[in-house]
Amino acid sequence: MLSRTADHLYWMARYIERAENMARVLDVTYRMSLVANSAYDETARWKPPVQIADDIEAFEKNYSGYTAVNVIRFMALDERNPSSIVSALNSARENARAVRVAMSSEMWETVNALWLELRQRIRLGLNEADISEFCDWVKSRSHLFRGVTFGTMLRDDSYKFVRLGSFVERADNTARLLDAKYQLLLPAVEAPEGQVDYYEWSSLLRSVSAFEAYQKVFRDTIEPWKVAELLVLRDDMPRSLHACYDELAPILEQLCRQRGRECLRLAGENHARLHYGRMADIFNIGLHQFLQDFILRNNALGAEIQRAFLNGPE
Amino acid sequence: MNINTFFDEMRTSTGSVRRLYQPFAEWLSGTDHAQLMQKSREAEMLFRRVGITFNVYGDEAGAERLIPFDVVPRILAATEWRVLSAGVIQRVTALNAFLNDLYHDQEIIKAGIVPASILENEMYRPEMQGVDVPGGIYAHIAGVDIVRTAENEFYVLEDNLRTPSGVSYMLEDRKMMMRLFPELFRRYAVAPVEHYPQVLLNNLRAVAQPGVYDPTVVLLTPGAYNSAYFEHAFLAQQMGIELVEGQDLFCKDNAVFMRTTEGPKRIDVIYRRIDDDFLDPLSFREDSMLGVPGLVSVYRNGGVTLANAIGTGVADDKSTYTFVPDMIRFYLGEEPILSNVPTYKLENPDDRNYVLEHLAELVVKEVQGSGGYGMLVGPTASKQQIEDFRARILAEPDNYIAQPTLALSTCPTLVEEGVAPRHVDLRPFVLSGKTVTLVPGGLCRVAMREGSLVVNSSQGGGTKDTWVLNGDAPC
Repeated sequence: MLSRTADHLYWMARYIERAENMARVLDVTYRMSLVANSAYDETARWKPPVQIADDIEAFEKNYSGYTAVNVIRFMALDERNPSSIVSALNSARENARAVRVAMSSEMWETVNALWLELRQRIRLGLNEADISEFCDWVKSRSHLFRGVTFGTMLRDDSYKFVRLGSFVERADNTARLLDAKYQLLLPAVEAPEGQVDYYEWSSLLRSVSAFEAYQKVFRDTIEPWKVAELLVLRDDMPRSLHACYDELAPILEQLCRQRGRECLRLAGENHARLHYGRMADIFNIGLHQFLQDFILRNNALGAEIQRAFLNGPE
Repeated sequence: MNINTFFDEMRTSTGSVRRLYQPFAEWLSGTDHAQLMQKSREAEMLFRRVGITFNVYGDEAGAERLIPFDVVPRILAATEWRVLSAGVIQRVTALNAFLNDLYHDQEIIKAGIVPASILENEMYRPEMQGVDVPGGIYAHIAGVDIVRTAENEFYVLEDNLRTPSGVSYMLEDRKMMMRLFPELFRRYAVAPVEHYPQVLLNNLRAVAQPGVYDPTVVLLTPGAYNSAYFEHAFLAQQMGIELVEGQDLFCKDNAVFMRTTEGPKRIDVIYRRIDDDFLDPLSFREDSMLGVPGLVSVYRNGGVTLANAIGTGVADDKSTYTFVPDMIRFYLGEEPILSNVPTYKLENPDDRNYVLEHLAELVVKEVQGSGGYGMLVGPTASKQQIEDFRARILAEPDNYIAQPTLALSTCPTLVEEGVAPRHVDLRPFVLSGKTVTLVPGGLCRVAMREGSLVVNSSQGGGTKDTWVLNGDAPC
C-alpha cells in the first residue's frame, strides 16, 4: 500500500485514541473534583491532565491558573492547543479525508459524522454541566469507530496500520496517566495504612475502564501497587501496557517482511520487558523511572515505524 | 424573457403533461410539498454525512459545500437517448482523430480545414508532436455539455476533454433517488448507470502500453483540498485502485513508481485529474507542488500512459469548437448528428462589430474559461457588466467568443415555493478505450435561481438524476 496512505491511517487512529484518552482523564478529574472531602486544592487537582499531555508551557502562556474551567477549555475545546480533544479530532478527520478510499465507507462516515457533530458542539459551546456528557460522547464515538473498524474493514495492511496507531498511542497514554497519578498520590502511599485515598485510586481505575476489572481480578481493597500491576503487567486488561504490546508485536511481525527489522526488534524488546517483568523489580527501580523509560522506548518504536513504513522509500 | 417561451421537459406549451412524465406527475400530485421538502433535507443530511462536498475557490480555507441536489428527475426516452449517444460518440471519435492528426501529420491543416494558427494556441503542446499514444486515444474520458431548445433540437455547448468532472454526481444522485423514492422506480424502467466505474477501469487497463500483461492503474489527484476531491476518492474506491498524489510518485529508469510500505511499485496507467500545467515541474510549471518531476519525459518515451493525454485542451478550446462539425466530415465522412451553437469569434472584425452591437442579446465567454467564470449572459446582465465586458473584449478580442443566448429547456425543480421550472443542461460522459461507449445517463445540472441560465455548480447550480428509459414510455 502507499506509504502516505499508511501514514494517514496510522495517525487517524492515533488521534482518535488520543482524544478518547484525554476525554477519560478530563471526565475522571472533573468527577473527582466534585467529591466533597477531597484533600487536594484546585491546582493539584487540575494540573495533572495538562501534565499528562505534556502541555504545561502552552497552558501557562495562555491561561492564568489551573482552575477547572481553564483546564477544561484548554484540553477540550481550545483549537490552539494541539493536544486538545478538538485538535485531535480535527486531525483525525483531516487524515481520514485524505485517505477515505483506504477504509470502508462506514469508517469514513463515522469519522465524518463525528467531526460534523463536533463542529455543532463547538458552536453551542461547553458549559460545566455538559462536561461529563461531552466526555462520554467522545468516548462513545471512539468506541463506535473501533467497532466499525473491527466490523467492516478488510484485514489487509491498511487494517494493520490502523491497529498499530491505536496501540502505540494507547500504550503512551496509559503510561502517562499512571505516571502522573502516581506522582500526585505518592505521599499517600507512604502514609500510614488505611490512609490511601480510595476515591483517588478508584478514579484512576475508572478512567481506564478498569475499576470493575480490578474488583474481579483482585477481590481486594484498592492498593496502589496492585493498580500499577493491573495497568502495566496484566495482559488481560485491555488498556494495560502489556496488552498493547501483545497486540503490537504480532502486527509488526506480519508487516516486517523485507523492511522494518528495527521496528520488530524494538517492539520485541519492549514486549519482553512487560511479558517477563515482575512488579517487585519495577518498584525497585521506581515506578516513575520505569514509566518514563517506557514512554521513551515506546516513542522510539513510533519513530521507527514512521521511518520504516510511513515516510516512504526514495 | 418569458418562461413560457422555453421548452419544458414535463409540460407542453399548452400546459398539459407530456406522456413521458405522466406517471411522475400523477405521483407528484399525490405527494405534498412538505413531504418533498422533508425528503430533500434528508438527502442533504445524507450527502453531508458521506462527505459529498466540494470546495469553492475563493471561499475560506477548508470550507466545504454541498451541491444542491434536486429530487425531481429529468427523464429522457430511449429514442431521444439513441440520438444523443450516437451524436456524442461521433463527436468524441472525431475529436480523438483530430488530436492524433494534429500531433502527427496535421492532414486537416494541410487540407485547409483548420488554420495553421491553431498551432499557436496556448493549449497546443509541442512536447506531444510526434509522440505515439496507445490506441491513438487522447481523450479517454470526455464530458460533452448538451442543451435542449425544442422537442427535437439539441445543441452541443462544449466538449470537455481535459479532466471533466461531475460523474460522481451522476452515480450518487441515482443512489439517492433509489433510496428516497423507490416507488418511482417501479413506475419507470430506468436504465442503470452504476457500472460506469467498471467500464472506466476496463478502458484504462486497455490503454496500457503494449506488452503490459496486468497493468497497475492509479488515480492522480491534486489532493484533499481540490474542489473535486470527493469525486477522485469516490472513483478510485469504486475501481479499487490507489488514489495517489504527486508526492507518492517518482520517476526512475524511464518508469513511474509509487512509494509503498513494501518499497517502490511500478505504475502503468495514470488516470490523472491534474491539469497539464501542474503535471511535471520539469516540463511545465516549475512551481507545481502537485506533479511528478520527470513524468512528461517518461510519458513521451512510452514508459507510462496518461489518461487523458497531454495536450487535449487544444481540441476543447472554445475557438476550436467551431471546427468540430468539419472534423466529423473530414475524419469520419459523416454529417454531424448534433449541432454546434453558432459562434462568433471576436478576433474576426465582422463578428466583433456584430457582437459589440448586440452584447445585450448574446452570451460572451472566455476562450479558455470554464466553470462559468468570466462569462457574460447579455439578457440578464446589468448595463455596467455589459460595458465592463465591452472594454475587456476590445482589449483582448481573441480571448473571447460569443454565442446567441440559447433558450435552455426547463425541468420541474423543487424550490421553496413549490415545484417550478428551472433551466437544465446535460453532460454525458463518453469513454474511449478499445471501444467508444457511454452509460445511459449523465450529469444533469440545474440553475436553481429563477430565470438563470448559468448551471455551473460554482455559480450556485444544482444537480438532478437523469433517467434514460429502456423504452419510449414509462413501464
